[in-house]
Amino acid sequence: MLDKIGVKKLDDLYSDVPAEFLHKGAYALPPAMSEQEIRDYFASLEAMNAKLKVFVGAGAYDHYTPSVIPYLCSRSEFLTAYTPYQCEISQGTLRYIFEYQSLICTLTGLDVSNASLYDGPTAAAEAMKMAIACTRKKTRVLLSKGLLPQVREVVETYARFHGVEIGYVPVADGQTSLEALKAELAKDDVAGVIVPSVNRYGIVEDHAGFADAIHAQKALLIEYCDPSALAVVKTPGEWDADIAVGDGQPLGLPLCYGGPYVGFMAVKKDHMRKMPGRIVGQTVDKEGRRVFVLTLQAREQHIKREKATSNICSNESLMALWVTIYLSLMGPEGLREVNRLSCDGAHYLYGELLKTGQFEEVFPGKPFLKEFVLKPKQPKLQERLEKAGFFAALPTEEGYVSFCVTEKRTKAEIDALVKAVKEG
Amino acid sequence: MKYYDKLIFECSKEGRCGYSLPKNAFPAAGELPQALRRQAPLDLPQVSEPDVVRHYTNLSQMNFGVDTGFYPLGSCTMKYNPKINEEMAALQGFAGLHPLMPASLTEGACKVYEEMDKALAAITGMYKFTLAPCAGAHGELTGLMLMRQYHINRGDLNRTKVIVPDSAHGTNPASAAVCGLEVVEVKSLENGRIDVEALKPLLGPDIAGIMMTNPNTLGLFETEIKTIAALVHEAGGLLYYDGANMNPLMGVVRPGDMGFDIMHLNLHKTFSTPHGGGGPGSGPVGVAQKLVDCLPSIRVSAFHGNFGVILRAYAYILSLGQEHLRKVGEYAVLSANYIKESLKDVYKLPIDGVCKHEFVFDGLINDGAHDDVPGATTLDVAKRLLDYGFHAPTIYFPLLFHQALMIEPTETESKETIDAFIAVMRKIAAEAAEDPNILHEAPHNTPISRPDETTAARNPILKYQEN
Repeated sequence: MLDKIGVKKLDDLYSDVPAEFLHKGAYALPPAMSEQEIRDYFASLEAMNAKLKVFVGAGAYDHYTPSVIPYLCSRSEFLTAYTPYQCEISQGTLRYIFEYQSLICTLTGLDVSNASLYDGPTAAAEAMKMAIACTRKKTRVLLSKGLLPQVREVVETYARFHGVEIGYVPVADGQTSLEALKAELAKDDVAGVIVPSVNRYGIVEDHAGFADAIHAQKALLIEYCDPSALAVVKTPGEWDADIAVGDGQPLGLPLCYGGPYVGFMAVKKDHMRKMPGRIVGQTVDKEGRRVFVLTLQAREQHIKREKATSNICSNESLMALWVTIYLSLMGPEGLREVNRLSCDGAHYLYGELLKTGQFEEVFPGKPFLKEFVLKPKQPKLQERLEKAGFFAALPTEEGYVSFCVTEKRTKAEIDALVKAVKEG
Repeated sequence: MKYYDKLIFECSKEGRCGYSLPKNAFPAAGELPQALRRQAPLDLPQVSEPDVVRHYTNLSQMNFGVDTGFYPLGSCTMKYNPKINEEMAALQGFAGLHPLMPASLTEGACKVYEEMDKALAAITGMYKFTLAPCAGAHGELTGLMLMRQYHINRGDLNRTKVIVPDSAHGTNPASAAVCGLEVVEVKSLENGRIDVEALKPLLGPDIAGIMMTNPNTLGLFETEIKTIAALVHEAGGLLYYDGANMNPLMGVVRPGDMGFDIMHLNLHKTFSTPHGGGGPGSGPVGVAQKLVDCLPSIRVSAFHGNFGVILRAYAYILSLGQEHLRKVGEYAVLSANYIKESLKDVYKLPIDGVCKHEFVFDGLINDGAHDDVPGATTLDVAKRLLDYGFHAPTIYFPLLFHQALMIEPTETESKETIDAFIAVMRKIAAEAAEDPNILHEAPHNTPISRPDETTAARNPILKYQEN
C-alpha cells in the first residue's frame, strides 16, 4: 500500500504536519486491555454502584422494558446503520421513523412529528426557539415554575445565548397559575409559553383557558408531556396546544444514568416548516411502490447552514425505534394498564405514608398519577431510606420530598419502603 | 435485501397484544376528573409479540449497516463497532442507575466519567471535558456557548461574530446561529487550505473566535495552523476544533498542542460507538485551562449526557490503550491515501498530495456524455455503488466542488475490502464511459429504486393514514 502511495513508511503520511505538532512520547493512557480484562474491569465498576429499588421519577422513570426491545434494537442492521441518506438501502430505518412519527402524533393529538431530538429538555429548548421563529417581534418565552428544574435550566441556557428573554409563570395551589399567566401575556412581548402536562409535583394540570389566553396574544402554547401518561390525560391536541415536547424515556427506555433518552416534538401543521430535526415522508419509487425518504430537508443544517431551523444532525434514532417497538407491544390496553398499575401503586403508597404520621399533605385532593410530593416532618429522609435499600424521597426546591411508583414496584416493595420510613 | 411493504399499523388486529404485566395488587385509585382525561381514541397498533418480532426483523433486512458492508462515508468515520462494548453498556448495574442518585451511590459511574475525562484529555491535549452533549452538533453548540461565556466573563461583550471556513461542516454555521453568533465566512485557497491573507482583515474586536476542523473537510492538513492560531489569539479570539475529523490524528497529533482552546469529539465516529441509524451519539467538549470556570454555567442536557454511549467509548479506549492508539490514526490515513492513489486516474482529484483520513474527488474524468446523452454524475456513481454492495461516499459536500465525492475508509477495513471497493469504483468508471444510462438508472439491485423526492416534499405525507 505504501508503494502505491509512493512513500516509504507510515510516518511519511504525516510529512505535511509541522514537526512541532507531532506528539512525542507515550500518551497518558492505561495499557491496552484484552476483552476478558475489559469484562472484569467493567464488572468491578458496576459493582461500585448501589443497587436500590427506585421510588423516584423527576424526569426519569423506572418503567419495565419488554425483552423484545433490546433484542430487536441490537440487530446490527439497525444498530450499525448510518443516518438514512441513501434511502434505497435504508428503508428499515425510514419505515420505523415514519411509524414513530405516526405514534407520536397519536399520543399527542397533533399533526406532525419529527424523527426525534436529544432529550426532553433540549426538545423544550428547540420549542422555545421555534416560538420565537413563528411569531414576529416577540422576544420573550414564559416557563411554568411547575416544569422540572432540568427543563428550565436547559431552556434558560439556550435562551441566554440565542437572545431570548425568559419569564416565569408561578404555580398556585399545585398548578401553573392562569391568572399570573394572563398578567405576563398582557405585556405583549410573549412568543410562547411552556407548561407541564403533568408537573414536577406529579399533579395533572388543568389547562382550560390557557390556549385562548395565549392565542389571543398570538403566542404559542407548548405542552411539556410525559408520553406514557398521554394514554390517559388530556392531550396537547385537546388543549389546543401548538407544540408538544417531552422525553420518550418513560416508554420503556432504561434509566441508564440519564441517557441515551429521546426527545420528541409534535406540532400543528401550520408550523411544520419551522420544525427542527429530520422528518420522514412517504412517496413512491420508479416502480410506483410505497417508499419512505427524508423530506422537507430545506429546513436543515446541511442545506441551509446558518439559516437552518436548528443545528441538529445526529439525533436519537435507535431510541425512537425503542419507543416504537414499546408502543407496538403495549398497544392501547397495555399502555393504559401501565398507567393504572403505576397510579394505583402510587396512591397506595401515598395513603400508607400519610398513615405513618411522618408527613403532611402539600396538595390535598389534587389529581396525580404515578408521582407525588409530601412534606416530611423529619430531616434527611432520603439518606435514611438509602441505607434500607431504597432510592426515594427526593427533596424538591421547596423542601418537599417526591416519590414515584411504576408498574415495576410490587406491593411487597412498597410495604417494605413504608416500614423503613416508620423505623426511621 | 428484499422489499417488504408493511407498516406496523397494518399488522394490527383488534384485541391482540404483546405485553405481559403483573396483576394489580392495589386498591383502585379512582379515575381522573373528566376534564383532565384523554377523550381522543388511542389508536396504537394491537399486535402480538411474534408479529412485532417478525415485522421489525423484516424491516431490518431492508437496511445496510457497518456489519453488512463497507461505508466509505466522508466525515462520518463509519468504523467497526466492537461487540464487547454493547455488552458492557447493557450491564444492569449501569442500565438501572437513576440519574438523580447522589454520587455516593454511583461511584462506578462517577469513576467512568473521571477516567473518561482524563483519557480524552490525554488523547486531545485539552485540559478538561464535559460529557453532557448528546451528539456532535450538540457539542459544537456547547463549545460555542463556552466561547461566548469566556468573553462575557472577561467583560468583553462585543465579540458576537465567529469565523467559519467555506469548507466547514454544515453544522458549524448552524450551531453558531443557534448560539446567537453571526457567521463570517473565510475562503479557501486553491490548495484547499484556509487563506491566511483573507483571514487577517476579518480579525478584530468583534470576533469571538474561529471554528476549524483539521484536517479540513477535504482531508487536508491545515499547514498554517500555527500562524492562524497566533493571529486569532492576538486578536483576542479563541480557536474551536470540530472533532468530526479527529480520527487521523489519533495517537499522532493533539488539537490542544496546535493551539485549539475548545473542541468536541464524536464518540459515535472516532470512538467506535454505533451510529444507530442517526443516533444516539455523544459529543464531549474539551476546553483549555483558561475556560474551565465557564463549564458550570452551561447546562445542555437533562442529566449526565448519553451515559450508555460513553460506556461503549470507554471500553473502546481501554481496548486500544497506550499501545494501539497510534494505529487508529495511521491506518485510517494509509487506507485513504491508498484509495486516492488507486483511483485518481479515473476520478478527478482537484487537489493532489498526501491526504489524511479522507479526500474528495470532483466526479468522473470521463462521465460518458455524448450527443444528447448526459454524463454520469456523482449521484449516479453513488447509486451504482449500492448495486455492488457498498454504501455510497458522502456526496455533493464539501460545497467547493460541484461533483464532490468524499471518501473516508477508516482503519478497520481490510486491504481485501479496500481493493474490492477500488475494483468496483473502476468498474463503475468504465461503465460510465461506455454507457452512462446504466448509472442514471441505478440502483438496480436494491429493495427499492430511486424515489420521487419532489412529491414527498410538495405533498408531505408524514404519518400513517388508513386507506
